[in-house]
Formats: sequence, C-alpha cells, structure tokens
Amino acid sequence: MTNSTSLKTPLFNDHVALNARIVEFAGWQMPIQYIGLKEEHKACREHIGLFDVSHMGEIRFKGPKAVESLQWLTTNDVSKLENGQAQYGLLPNDQGGLVDDIFIYCLEKNADYLVCVNASNKDKDFAWMTKHNKGADIIDESSYWGQIAIQGPKALQLCDSIFPEITPSKMQRNEIKKSIFQGHQILIATTGYTGEAGCEVFIEAPGASKLWNALLMHPLKPVPVGLGARDTLRTEMKFSLYGHEIDDTTNPYEAALGWAIKPLAKDFMNKAQIISAKETGLKRKLIGLKMIDRGIPRQGYEVKNAAGARIGVITSGTHSPTLDEPIGIAYVAIAHSDIGSEIFVDIRGKLVKAVVVKTPFIQK
Amino acid sequence: MPFHIPEDLYYTKDHEWAQVDENIVTVGITEFAQDQLGEIVYVDLPEEGQKVTQNQSFGVVESVKAVSDLFAPVSGTVIEVNSTLLEDPSCLNDDPNNNGWLVRIEMDSEKELANLMRSPEYKKLINDK
Repeated sequence: MTNSTSLKTPLFNDHVALNARIVEFAGWQMPIQYIGLKEEHKACREHIGLFDVSHMGEIRFKGPKAVESLQWLTTNDVSKLENGQAQYGLLPNDQGGLVDDIFIYCLEKNADYLVCVNASNKDKDFAWMTKHNKGADIIDESSYWGQIAIQGPKALQLCDSIFPEITPSKMQRNEIKKSIFQGHQILIATTGYTGEAGCEVFIEAPGASKLWNALLMHPLKPVPVGLGARDTLRTEMKFSLYGHEIDDTTNPYEAALGWAIKPLAKDFMNKAQIISAKETGLKRKLIGLKMIDRGIPRQGYEVKNAAGARIGVITSGTHSPTLDEPIGIAYVAIAHSDIGSEIFVDIRGKLVKAVVVKTPFIQK
Repeated sequence: MPFHIPEDLYYTKDHEWAQVDENIVTVGITEFAQDQLGEIVYVDLPEEGQKVTQNQSFGVVESVKAVSDLFAPVSGTVIEVNSTLLEDPSCLNDDPNNNGWLVRIEMDSEKELANLMRSPEYKKLINDK
C-alpha cells in the first residue's frame, strides 16, 4: 500500500494514532480518510475540518529582485500585493500550458514572498523557477514547514481561540500574518481550497504535531479530514486541481482561470501564446455537469453528443456528498458548453445522459 | 476489525462471496470488501438472462472516490438481480452478507467451485493484507 521511500509529514504519527487509512500520494504517505469520507466532508461543510496539508511545497522568493522574478514567472499581478496579502496565480510553461497553479503570499513587499505549490509538482516547480529566475533568492523551504488547514463555518471561531493574538476572524480573506505558537514560528493565512471560511497555518515542522493536537483537543471538536474529502470538497466548488482540470497542456483561459491572468498589467513567461489562444477563440471550455440518467462521471471518461461523437472529456467526477448526487467537471467543445446543454458521458461503453449546469455546484 | 466470514460460503480473491444452493449461486461482496470500499453510492448490475463468466467482471460498485469491478465467482446465467441496491446501495455497507446480495446465477458447472476459497483460506488472505 505504501512505499518505504515515500515521505512522511510531521503529523504522520498523529494520523496513525487516529487510525487513518494511509495511502501514497505525490510521494507522500497521506491519510485518505479517518472516520469516513462522507462524514468528514459534512464536518467541513457544517462545522470544522482539520487537514494535514504539510505535503504542499513552500518556495521562498527573497531579495530586491523577488517581485521581478515572480512577475515574469507567474500570470497574476504580484506588484499589487501589499504586506500580508495573498493571491492565486499560475506558472505558465513555454509550450502554452501550465507548470503549476500556486498561491503567493507577500510577507514583505518587494522583499519576501512565500509561494505555496502542489506537492506533486514541487521539484519541477523549483527547477523551473530557478532556471527562469530574474535574480531573486529562491529557497525551497518545503521540509521546513508543516501546514494545517482549518476549514468550515466554525473554523475562524476555533482559530480565534487558538491564536488570540491574531484573531483570524478579523482578517480579510487571502491575508497572512506572522505569529508564534508555543515557541514555534507560524504564518496564519485566511486561505483554503474547500469553499469554506477558515485558515491555512504554516508552522515550523517540529511544532506541527503540537498545533494539530491543540486544535483536535479544543472543545469545538474539529474533525480530521483526509485527502478523499479534500477532493470532493474542492470538486463541489469546481476548483481546479493540477493533474485534473489543468496540466502542462492546458490553456488557462479554457480552464476559466482568466481572472488570474493580467496580460495588460505586465509581461510574463510565454504571454503571447497564452493570450493568442484566447484571441483566436477558445475551442473548449471547462464546465460543470450533472447526470440525468444513472451513473457517476469519472476522470478520463469521454463526453459525447447524442450521435456518439466525442465532444470532450471528464476532468473530475464524484458523488457529491453535499448534494447526494453525481457531479462532474469536463472540458467540452464550445458549442456544447452553454448551461442547459444536453450532453452524454460514455460510462463503460454506455452513453449516459447529462446536462451542463451552473457552478459552483453548491452555493456558498 | 473482525469481519464476519460465514463458513458455509465460498470466496473469491476479489472479495466476493458465493452461497451455493444446488445449481443456484447467490453472490455478494464480503464485509472486508465493503470496509475497504467505504461508503458505496452506486451499483451497476447485469440484466436477468445475461451470461457471466468466472473471474470476469459482471458489474461495478462505486464509492464516492473509486470504481471497483465485481467479478463472477462462477460462470452461468443471471436469474435474479437485487434491484433494491440500485435505489439503496448503502445496504451493501450495512448488510453485505445478507440483504446486500447482488445477483443469483444459475451455474454452468459446479466444477468451477474448486477454484474458490472456503472461509479459513479467505480469512488468511485478508489477514495477510
């Protein structure tokens, strides 16, 4: 089940103590579930979920050239970030696709930025950033940080109680603040990838277990959530996940990520090719779908028209725990991408009727 | 977790059970299988009259995260399908050994039973996991 060479987060022993089912993910031994996916998903939507996201990579950009480098490497406008602000961004490659999608945290304007990247892409990202650097000091701090996400309608109340000196509920969305927890340096960010309010806390790895247990033991009783529910939570919001909706061939406009691209504000890696795809007209679009007939769409299933011709592909699909029905995300040809369009998913050779719906799948 | 593994059933390496009553074989998934799968949300079963072949897929069960094939313990013809599962697949989690039965197969040859495990052997298989 797990490979002895795979990495363990600073919370590995805590997961084992909680009787989690451990799987290999992106080279890490991670908890896929604790008590059960649906129950964990519900806990995050209705109360508080705790997630070990220590596998995520952290790459630091420092020095007077930090902004110049990030502006060149990423699509969003990093110069807009003031101290303590965070921003979603994309790392384009030189082929028209994406190296990764990232979060950039401004710790000190023009001097110090923390970039949070996908675990599966961390080494690739670091090599890419270093190769195309414009003079920043780029440091891979991934093994230095543990990371815990606290998400849900009561998450900020819990965070206020654990970090009273910060009162995260008073912070704007997408902010970050430095603090200390039991002698360990922490960074508290009001970010997350579940659609719920809450925080992501970076903590020096040796302190991660202390923070995890302080959260777990709190009278508000947050529920540990594994990677299984982490995926269904983000799918219900139609948030992109690298390797599903986006990869090294995806044009970000097709992925509906145009809001994170600022071509008028600045130049960036391979800008001409990325924007030309938009200017010449997009051929496909990322949509949400629900099934009319019985079946669950899954990544890789083909999307077809009534005549059985291929018009797209499913990028993520699951049974939505919140809605208790199947949902899917797919790329489909523009002609079939309007809300209400009837499409078909090829499920094990059978055409199963579906419809393009408004997203996110749930209202937040 | 201790799983209930009735002694009167036959078992496959893919964690189906088979209850043999003369030439009629009732098929289900084991308690171990439902535990591994997690909450089952969808079941696809064959039609009555459909032929199935030993060790070949005859349907699927899906949890929120995963799709898993169901493998026929014996070759034969499907004579009955537990259609209540299509509406209420959670029955496979709650009672896999009884109400969660999947199909009944009229088996072609009882010789194929020799390819299946009995409970001590199956217990050993899941304990080694």
